[in-house]
Amino acid sequence: MATHIRTLSASIVQRAALESFVKLDPRVQWRNPVMFVVWVGSALVTLIWLAGSGKESSSFVLAVALWLWFTILFANFAESVAEGRGKAQAAALRGTRRDVMAKKLSDPAKKQSWRNVPGSALRKGDFVYVPAGEVVPGDGEVVEGAATVDESAITGESAPVVRESGGDRSAVTGGTRVLSDWLVVRVTANPGETFLDRMIALVEGARRSRTPNEIALSILLAKFTLIFLFACATLLPFSVYAAKAAGQGTAVSITVLVALLVCLIPTTIGGLLSAIGIAGMDRMIKANIIATSGRAVEAAGDVDVLLLDKTGTITLGNRQAAAFAPSSGVTSEALADAAQLASLADETPEGRSIVVFAKQRYGLRERDIKSLGAQFVPFSANTRMSGVDIGERRVRKGAADALRTWIEAQGGRFPAEVTSLVEAMARRGSTPLVVAEGPRALGVIELKDIVKGGIKERFAELRRMGIKTVMITGDNRLTATAIAAEAGVDDFLAEATPEAKLRLIREHQAQGRLIAMCGDGTNDAPALAQADVAVAMNSGTQAAKEAGNMVDLDSNPTKLIEVVEIGKQLLITRGSLTTFSIANDVAKYFAIIPAAFATTYPQLNALNVMHLATPSSAILSAVIFNALIIIALVPLALKGVRYRPVGAEALLRRNLLVYGLGGIVVPFIGIKLIDVLITYV
Amino acid sequence: MNALLQCAIYLGVLLLLVKPLGAYMADVYEGRHRFLAPLENLVYRAAGVRAEEEMDWKRYLWGVLWFNLIGFAAVYALQRLQHLLPLNPQNFGAVSADSSFNTAVSFISNTNWQGYGGESTMSYLTQMLGLSVQNFFSAATGMAVLIALTRGFARKQTNGIGNVWADLTRTTLYILLPLSLLLAGALVTQGGVQTFAPYKTVDLVQQPLEFEQEGKQLSTREQTLPLGPAASQIAIKQLGSNGGGFFNVNSAHPYENPTPLSNFLEMLSILLIPGALCYTFGRMVGDTRQGWALLAAMTVVFVGFLAVCVLSEQAGNPLLGIEQNMEGKEVRFGITDSAIWAAATTAASNGSVNAMHDSFTPLGGLAPLALIQLGEIIFGGVGSGLYGMLVFAIVAVFIAGLMVGRTPEYLGKKIESFEMKMASLAVLFPFAVVLIGTGIAVLVEPGKAGIANPGAHGFAEILYGFSSAGNNNGSAFAGLSANTPFYNTALGIAMWISRYWLIVPVLAIAGSLARKKLVPASPGTLPTHTPLFIAFLVGTILILGALTFVPALALGPIVEHLQLWSR
Repeated sequence: MATHIRTLSASIVQRAALESFVKLDPRVQWRNPVMFVVWVGSALVTLIWLAGSGKESSSFVLAVALWLWFTILFANFAESVAEGRGKAQAAALRGTRRDVMAKKLSDPAKKQSWRNVPGSALRKGDFVYVPAGEVVPGDGEVVEGAATVDESAITGESAPVVRESGGDRSAVTGGTRVLSDWLVVRVTANPGETFLDRMIALVEGARRSRTPNEIALSILLAKFTLIFLFACATLLPFSVYAAKAAGQGTAVSITVLVALLVCLIPTTIGGLLSAIGIAGMDRMIKANIIATSGRAVEAAGDVDVLLLDKTGTITLGNRQAAAFAPSSGVTSEALADAAQLASLADETPEGRSIVVFAKQRYGLRERDIKSLGAQFVPFSANTRMSGVDIGERRVRKGAADALRTWIEAQGGRFPAEVTSLVEAMARRGSTPLVVAEGPRALGVIELKDIVKGGIKERFAELRRMGIKTVMITGDNRLTATAIAAEAGVDDFLAEATPEAKLRLIREHQAQGRLIAMCGDGTNDAPALAQADVAVAMNSGTQAAKEAGNMVDLDSNPTKLIEVVEIGKQLLITRGSLTTFSIANDVAKYFAIIPAAFATTYPQLNALNVMHLATPSSAILSAVIFNALIIIALVPLALKGVRYRPVGAEALLRRNLLVYGLGGIVVPFIGIKLIDVLITYV
Repeated sequence: MNALLQCAIYLGVLLLLVKPLGAYMADVYEGRHRFLAPLENLVYRAAGVRAEEEMDWKRYLWGVLWFNLIGFAAVYALQRLQHLLPLNPQNFGAVSADSSFNTAVSFISNTNWQGYGGESTMSYLTQMLGLSVQNFFSAATGMAVLIALTRGFARKQTNGIGNVWADLTRTTLYILLPLSLLLAGALVTQGGVQTFAPYKTVDLVQQPLEFEQEGKQLSTREQTLPLGPAASQIAIKQLGSNGGGFFNVNSAHPYENPTPLSNFLEMLSILLIPGALCYTFGRMVGDTRQGWALLAAMTVVFVGFLAVCVLSEQAGNPLLGIEQNMEGKEVRFGITDSAIWAAATTAASNGSVNAMHDSFTPLGGLAPLALIQLGEIIFGGVGSGLYGMLVFAIVAVFIAGLMVGRTPEYLGKKIESFEMKMASLAVLFPFAVVLIGTGIAVLVEPGKAGIANPGAHGFAEILYGFSSAGNNNGSAFAGLSANTPFYNTALGIAMWISRYWLIVPVLAIAGSLARKKLVPASPGTLPTHTPLFIAFLVGTILILGALTFVPALALGPIVEHLQLWSR
C-alpha cells in the first residue's frame, strides 16, 4: 500500500466520534440485535426521565439513560474507527486512480495507428498502446512488447518490474506507469471493475457482507440476548409477587430492569463484533494482501493443508552448482575447467551458477568465448545437452542418459563409476550433470536446491498449529524426497502437472480438509480456483489473479503462512471477547441483584460482596463499567488477540485463563473502583 | 462419613454398569443383537413398516410426532372413558378434561408430572394400558431421537439418520422390556405389590384413630390399603426416567419402595440408562473417549449439587434447633438416601421421589431445582438428557473452537450457523417456558391460589412446578396444589413445548450433521475429550444456567436461606 495508515490518527478518531452519533439511527442499529436492544432500552429510560415517572430520583434515571446512550456510542465509535482506517486507505488509493488518456488501437498489430480516448471509455477486449512514461489506463494483459513498469502505486514497492507478453508476467494493473520501452495491452476489465476499484471497495468495506462464522456467532449472541430478555422481563412479575409476599418494599423499577438487561446481554462482543471483522480485513491489507472477500480471510484460519511450490517458496529460486565430482584419472581442476567452458555461453541460472562456482572454488577466471574462438552449442530438446566446440575440442554437459548416448555414438564407453556418482547425487536430491570431452566422461557436476534459511522452523510451527505442508515440484520422486526431508515438509507431490495438483486438492477436500495454495502462472489457475484459500501473486497472470481469492501484492509465496495466522487471529479475537463478555455477567449479578431487591429483601445484601455503597451507586457502577469496557477493548479488537503457534489445547487453556477467568475477575475490581469514584464525587 | 460412603457406593456401582450396558445398547442400535428377530419382524409386519429403510430427518421427525400424537389420543381417551371400560374395581369416574389433557401430555412427553393422585383417580386399565405403555414409549422416543443424532455425528455425506420404527421397536424390545422385567422381579422380592385385586380394608394397628374433618370429631378402626399392578409400572418408571408413581406419594410409599435394598435398586435405575447411553454414544461415533468425557461432565455437576443437598439437609434447621432435617423424609431411607434420590431424580428428568422436596431446607431444595433448570442434561432423561447435553456441547465447542482460531468442529463436524440456530432454539425454549410460565402464574389469581406457603417459599413452589414441567422432569414441590384447570393447562403446555420443540431442532441438527463431511482431527483441532474441555463444558452449562435463573432463585430459595440463617 502506498500509504500505511497509523492505527489511531487524530483525524480518524475525530471523524469516528462524529460518525458515532450518525449511527444512532435505529435503522443502523437494527442490523445488530444486541445493540438494538440497548437502543430500545436507552430510549425507554430516556422517556421515563422525560415523563418524570420513575420511582427513583430523576438524576439517577438521567445518569442511567446517559450511560446507556454512551454504551451505543462507544460501540459505534469502535466500528467507525475500524472503518476509518479503511476509508483513509481507500482515499490514498483513489488518488492514484486518475482518468488518463489512452491510445486505443483498432488493430493490435498496427500499433502506430492509435487514437486518443479517455481511459474511462475503454471496454473489455479493447487494445491500447502504452509507450514509456505513460500510465497504463486499465487492467489488462500484455499481448506484445516488454517493458519495465513502476507498480509502486499499488504495491508500495519502488523497484520497477518487468512486464512482457506471454509467460507468467503478462498482467498489468491500471494506474501503474511504464518506465521504459512500450507495451500493447488487451484490456481485461471494464471501468469500475478494475483491480484498483475492487481494492478501494474492499478497504472501504462498502461491500462487506458478514462472513458465515460471524453469522453463526451473531445467532449465538442473539440467543443470549433473548435469554436475558426473558430473565429480566419476568423479573417484574416475580418482584411484584415478592414485594406483596414479603409485605415490604416495592417492585423493581423499569429503569433498573433495563440497566440489568443491558449489563447482562453481551454488549461487549456485540458492540465490537463488526469492528473485529473490519480490522481483520485491515490486517490483511497491511500485510499487502488483498482478499476478495471476508469469507476468504475467515477460511484462512481453518486451513488444514498448505500446498507450497518448491521453487521460490521452499528453495531459493534455482538450483546451483554445489560440487564437482571427477571420474578417476581426472583432476577436479580439469573437470572444473571443462565444466566452465561448457557453461560460458549458457545463460540459464544453472549454467551461470557453474561458472560462478568454478571461479569461487577453483579460481578459474571467466573467459571470453569469442576470443577462444569457441562455438556455442545451445541446449535443444533433441540432444538435451549444451556445450562448446573449440577447434577439435568438443565439450558437452547434460543429463546422464543424453551424454551416454553421445559418448557411445563416438565409440566411447560410459564408465560405471560415473553412473554410480550420478545415482548417489540423485538420491541426495541433487541434479547431476555429466561433463564429457569427446568420447571421454570427465565427471559430474552436482546441482543442488538451496533450502531457504528458517523454513524448516516455520514448517515445524505449522505442524504445531495442525497444518500439514505439501511441497509441489516438477522434480522426480527421488529428488523430491530428499528436498522434502531437508525442508521438513510433511508430504510432497513430485512430477507435478496441473492435473495432478488439481487432483491432489480434490482428494484432500473430499476428506474434509481445507486447502490453501499460492500460484502465479496461468497453469495454476484451475488449482487456484479449486483451493479454498488461493493466493495469487501480483506479478502473476491475469488468469491466476482471477482464479484466486486473494492477491499478494508483494508476490511472496511464504506469506501464505501469515495469511493463515491472520485468519486464526480473527476467530480467536471473536471467541475470546465472547467469553470475556459472558464471564463479566457474574460480577454484574452480584452488583445489581442485591441492589434491585434492596427494599423487598434486605437480606439479599449478603450477596453484595463488593460492598458497593448504595443500591443506586451499585446499579450505576455496573452500567458505567459495561460502557467503558467497550472503549477499553477497542485497541484489542483492532489489533487482534495475539496468536501463538501452539496446539489447540494449549491455546484454549491460555485464552480461557486470560479472557474467561480474567472476565470474571476484572469487573469485580472495575465496578468497585467506579463505585468508590462516584460515591466520592 | 456414612453419607460419603453411601454416595460413593451409589456412584461406583452406577459407573461400573455404564460400559457393559452401553456397549450392549450400541450393539442393539447397530443391529448386532437380533435374538428377538421373529418378534421384531412381527411388530413391523403388523404396523406395515419397512424397518431397513433409511429416513431423512424430516421423515424421522414426522414418525416421532405421529407416534406421540397417537399416544396422546390413547391416554386421553382411556382417562375420559375409564368408567365404561373394564379393570376398574374401584369404579372411578371419568377424569376431568383438563386433568386428562395434562396427564396425557405429561406421559407422552416423558415428564410424568402428576396432577392427580393415582390410587384415587385412575383405573387399573388406565394405569396399565395408558400410563405404563407410555412409560415405555416416551422413553423409547427419547432414546430413538438420541440415536438419530448420534448417527448424524457418525455418518458423513448422507441424508439418512436411521429408521424411526426400527429404533423405537428395538429400544422397547431389547432394552426397556428386559431391564424392566429384571427390576420388577427384584422389587417383588422386596415386597412391592403386583396384583389385580381390589383395594383391601384392614384393621388399624393402633385403634381407634381420632381425627377432625369439617369441624367434626371422628374416629375410625379401619383403613383402606390401595393395591394394584404396581411393581411392573415402577420398574419402567425408574428405568425410563418417567417418574410417574403408581401411588400419589410415589416411591415414598411402602408398596412402591419397601426396603433400603429396593430403594438402592430404584435409585440406581434412575441414572442407569442415561449414564450408559454416554458410552453407547462414544461407541457409535467411534471414539469412546468422547462418551466418557460427556459422562464426566455430568458426574462432576451431579456430585457438586448432591454435596450441596446432603450437607444442607444434614445442617438442619436453625429455627427448630435440630441438627438434621428429617421433615418429609421416610425413616427407612434417612437423609443421605433421600438426598441422593432427590439429586438423581432431578438430574435425570425422572421426577419420582422418595421424600418431599418441599420440606427440604432452602438450599437442599435449591439443588434439585437448579439441576432441573440446567435443562435436564445432567444425565437427564433417557436419550433426551444426552441429546440436551450434546446441544450444550455444541454451544461450548462453538465458543471454545473460536478461541483456538478455527471454525468450530465437534467430532469432526463443522458447527455452522444452521447448527447454531437450532442449538440456540433448543436451549432457549425450556428457559423461556419456565420463566414466562412462572411469570404468568405469580400474576394471575388462579396461579397464586395454588400456593401452600406464603413468601419466598411459595414463589419457589411455583418456580419449581414450571421448572419441572418446562424441562420434562415431573417431580413437584409438594406444596403446590396443581390439579386445577389453570395449572393443568399451563403446565401441560409447558411440557408439550419443552419436549417437542426440542426434538425438532435436535433432529434438524442430526440431519444437517449427517450431510456434512467428516473433518479429520489434527493438532489444530480442539480436543473434546480432555479435562480442560470437560471443565469448559461444565462452566458453560453452569454459567448459562446460572445467568438465566439466578434472579429468580434469588427471590426464592436463596433469600429464604438468608432469612432462615440470619434470624
